[in-house]
Amino acid sequence: MKELLNDLDRWRTAGTRVALARVVDVEGSGPRGPGAAMAVSLEGEVVGSVSGGCVEGAVVTEALSLLHGEREPGIVAFGYSDDEAFAVGLTCGGTIRLFIEEFNW
Amino acid sequence: MTLSDRLAERVRSGDPVALATVIEGEGVGNHLLIIPGEDSNGSLGHSDLDRVVHRDGLAELEAGRSGIRTYGPEGQTTPEDLEGTPTVRVFVESWAPPPQMWIFGAVDFTAALARVAKILGYRVLVCDAREIFATGRRFPMADEVRVTWPSPVFEERGETLGPRDAVCILTHDPKFDIPAVQGALATRVGYIGVMGSRTTHERRLERLDEAGITSNDDLARLMSPIGLDLGARTPEETAISICAEIIANRTGRTASRLRSGSGPIHP
Repeated sequence: MKELLNDLDRWRTAGTRVALARVVDVEGSGPRGPGAAMAVSLEGEVVGSVSGGCVEGAVVTEALSLLHGEREPGIVAFGYSDDEAFAVGLTCGGTIRLFIEEFNW
Repeated sequence: MTLSDRLAERVRSGDPVALATVIEGEGVGNHLLIIPGEDSNGSLGHSDLDRVVHRDGLAELEAGRSGIRTYGPEGQTTPEDLEGTPTVRVFVESWAPPPQMWIFGAVDFTAALARVAKILGYRVLVCDAREIFATGRRFPMADEVRVTWPSPVFEERGETLGPRDAVCILTHDPKFDIPAVQGALATRVGYIGVMGSRTTHERRLERLDEAGITSNDDLARLMSPIGLDLGARTPEETAISICAEIIANRTGRTASRLRSGSGPIHP
């Protein structure tokens, strides 16, 4: 999250709403460990990464639906080995779970 | 100052901090900020849950780990207490460099100690001057294997060692032990353990005396012979005995049986 701090500050100063997604769990091989984070502004600006490119697009979609009030904060899973997983997979075959929330604290 | 401002301040300055977030169950999105030596900021929704997560967060931070933990709504942790209650899943994210363990001597005990140290979250360095013993193939669990004498390693990065770190000297060989002890004593490292029988220990004290290490403050820092008195025999048991001593050293506890004491287990 360290690499996001400057952008989070900038958005907060500008009064822009932001969603924050953090990796909370990795099963099997995953490209990035717990704590990897990305942030998406209401305007669709994106900083950080959670997987090295495999699932970022889908995270942006989830982040924007959160900011639009179409979903609650909570866990989003990506990968093949899990029933709750989205269709988007990871090239490494693992499963990652992200926690997605509005950055308003 | 908001919770995230305080978090950002700590992360930017490189000072240890942990953030606990409820990710599932009652109170999703609640936060608790955990800073060693300070009261926690924020709340996960119940003061007992906050207290327990604060305690666990400090331990995670100490080990430099991040991960999910499961609690009852009032901070219950045992399987019996959790049975039949709704659970709260908490993601604890730590910002701290992992503690280091430097092991001098590439012997049988080294591999077992390196394995246990990895479980505890250490970044493990193995160092021995003998090229045929100090190889990555013998110590695949070590983060780094160095073929050199102790002094260059301490000169190069002894200053990175601090109270959370450990130096374990397992060589039994005075020409390697003494420079390693000297190197370690010149740092702020929290734990210095030196292996050997009581006889070896006595002889080592004479050698240290000859090397000019005589101050009681210095000698008091040496855990020699290394480890707790568990009656450990195998390398694996010995590794547990050493790591148990490191933990007791850090927490300042006596390492006696909980059964023999009274009062809170986690004061």
